[in-house]
Amino acid sequence: MKKHTIVALVQDRPGVLSRVVGLIRRRGFNIESLAVGHSETPGVSRMTIVVEWEDVEQVVKQLYRLIEVLKVSDVTHDPIVEREMALMKLHAPPAKRPEIVALTEVFDAKIVDVGANTMVIEMTGSPAKVQNFIDVIRPYGIKEMMRTGRIAMVRGARGHTAEEFVESANGHAERVPAMN
Amino acid sequence: MSEKRTGAQVMCEALIRNGVEVMFGIPGGAIMPFYHAMWEYRDKLRHVLCRHEQGAGHAAEGYARATGRLGVCIGTSGPGATNLVTPIADAMMDSVPLLAITGQVASHVLGKDAFQETDITGITMPITKHNYLVKRAEDLPYVFEEAIYIATTGRPGPVLIDVTKDAQQATIVPNWNIKLDLPGYKPNYRPNLKQVREAIKLILSAKKPLIIAGHGIIMSGAVEELRAFAERTRIPVITTLHGIGSFPEDHPLSIGMPGMHGWVHVNRAIQECDVLFNIGGRFDDRVTGKASTFAPNAKVIHVDIDPSEIGKNVKVTVPIVADARLALQAFLDELPPDREALAELHSHASDWMEHIREMQAKHQPKQQYINRANTENMSLPPHDVYAALSKALNSRGNYRVVTDVGQHQMWAAQLIDWYRPRTHITSGGAGTMGFAVPAALGVAIACPNETVWVICGDGGFQMTNQEMATIVQEGIKNIKIAVINNGYLGMVRQWQELFENKRYSGTPLSGPDFAKLAEAYYWKGITVEHTSQVEAAIEEAYETDGPVLIDFRVEREANVFPMVPQNKSISEMILESPHKS
Ligand SMILES: Cc1ncc(C[n+]2csc(CCOP(=O)(O)OP(=O)(O)O)c2C)c(N)n1
Ligand SMILES: [Mg+2]
Repeated sequence: MKKHTIVALVQDRPGVLSRVVGLIRRRGFNIESLAVGHSETPGVSRMTIVVEWEDVEQVVKQLYRLIEVLKVSDVTHDPIVEREMALMKLHAPPAKRPEIVALTEVFDAKIVDVGANTMVIEMTGSPAKVQNFIDVIRPYGIKEMMRTGRIAMVRGARGHTAEEFVESANGHAERVPAMN
Repeated sequence: MSEKRTGAQVMCEALIRNGVEVMFGIPGGAIMPFYHAMWEYRDKLRHVLCRHEQGAGHAAEGYARATGRLGVCIGTSGPGATNLVTPIADAMMDSVPLLAITGQVASHVLGKDAFQETDITGITMPITKHNYLVKRAEDLPYVFEEAIYIATTGRPGPVLIDVTKDAQQATIVPNWNIKLDLPGYKPNYRPNLKQVREAIKLILSAKKPLIIAGHGIIMSGAVEELRAFAERTRIPVITTLHGIGSFPEDHPLSIGMPGMHGWVHVNRAIQECDVLFNIGGRFDDRVTGKASTFAPNAKVIHVDIDPSEIGKNVKVTVPIVADARLALQAFLDELPPDREALAELHSHASDWMEHIREMQAKHQPKQQYINRANTENMSLPPHDVYAALSKALNSRGNYRVVTDVGQHQMWAAQLIDWYRPRTHITSGGAGTMGFAVPAALGVAIACPNETVWVICGDGGFQMTNQEMATIVQEGIKNIKIAVINNGYLGMVRQWQELFENKRYSGTPLSGPDFAKLAEAYYWKGITVEHTSQVEAAIEEAYETDGPVLIDFRVEREANVFPMVPQNKSISEMILESPHKS
């Protein structure tokens, strides 16, 4: 099965995350990562979901059934910028530190905390690069790791914005009464 | 206008503002403020006290299915709310506009396992079109307006509002100046004309076209448009289980029901057709059988108001997201006006219809199943009950039929002649046993001047028959129940007979004397054991001024045929049991 990156714009109401996740859970799919946060428009959140599944088109359509979902796109095959951040607490006795510092420099990572025997490193980059760094640093002993999950944005002018939806929200769809 | 109100009063007023007249429910601690308030509004808001919240939910569904209007049911927190889960799921599967109102524990104890607290919004998230937890009285006017709008528009469905007890009790000045904020919910009613023209091109070039009429025809009120379109194009019309009544079965273009218990000629026609025009049906697996083998030669045109239904089960050539009635109006407008342009289609359609009628004559005139060959020595073949019921219903008119789930349900679909929309009411998508008796309560309240017949099995009847007491308490007289009593969970037994070498595990079923049970509920009860008694019993039911139950003790091991085994192609139909009785 193939990994897909889905970007969804949702109204920021209680329960919306549960609904989106529930729709995926219903099919027994595993969510590899999920990142949610405010978008450029107040009251609207943007989420990036990475999941392994085949029948994406159907799930995208079903996500639209959710009342708070404004827009969903499978951006897997689009030109996108993807980023992820990882924080790692390493076992770092003084003797090992120079090596670790050298590696963080090579990968453009940051040392954000240094303790008696530990260091906390912040690594941001494409998911592949973050993974690569983790693989390299793992032998030093990762005591704790935290990853944000990936966020994705389509490159160039083509967008995926909330404005058009929020603007046209005045006056809801016509109600067509049944006849009998 | 700006008078103070309790949240509970606001709830009542919101319902009245939205045209609600009847509600079905059971009170309890967390919903008591609402019950306290509804007493003041009892002239406008009728409350029907049910015997089980499941019954309240199905009754609300019955009301909604009979009228197309919103059905409303009420339960208290905890078990009251969880008892509503089955009817909510049922309404979700069959696109029924249902509003479930539940009481919830006070907001300050939410999440603390307070007495009778269950997370009903969490539980019903996947089985509602939308749901709400309301913790502030100020939010009630907006939430009720939005909930009812969502339940009744687009593809209708169930919506649940869970209101904490303190929100019901709080006093506020309601703001009825409501502007819905639903940027993500914009049902598309009007068809794309380019697609309609594309579809018409396909239809005009077809040699073997078919129309499938689904639930959407009835829900959108497109019965006349369907008839006009079929008559102008002369395309044969199939009606699905939920499409029954959308097209009169005595119409020369009507060919009947498809699917697992559909007619052979209908399923064969589907397998042969070159253009399949599905309006308002969702290609349920009980219709398609093994989907990959369904209608292999057909280009499919699919009209559905829910975009997520299109392409879900069957590959579609021309998708049209629209209301079925507006779509059919567009089709009628876009058809070439002169008869010349339709001449070729008419000629093909008439050859095609002739071919279908030949298959029908050969494979299974309906009568064959009524005048069974190998059931001569049975005391009461169920088919005789249906023949008599069909005759009585259609000669007297003015009826609604509510069926439960099982063999009796399929026989009803097959063996009764159906003519009008919303006369055949059943639990199709969820297949909920126990649906019929409580649903009939709602139907009878919605249609006080019609005779409401319940057709149910002895199994399903024993799940929810306590609503017979509700029916009496409400003074409802226009309900007659026909129990097709075969002493088995018959449909499951049939599968065991056909596919499991008659291992009747967990299917033989005893019951009380149903006629005596009816009498205990102050109903008239009649027992029928022979074909010779059937007509008189139905006559007596009609003549009795009050609810009547007839216990039809039918042949125990009669089967529903034809049958497509689960997951098989609809080309593979079984016509008789391999076991000789
Ligand atoms: C609530 C529920 N439980 C179980 C089933 C599975 N089921 C489908 S049909 C059937 C048998 C129904 O028996 P009965 O009501 O006597 O009707 P019959 O088939 O005999 O006409 C059963 C158990 C169901 N559909 N619904
Ligand atoms: Mg039975």
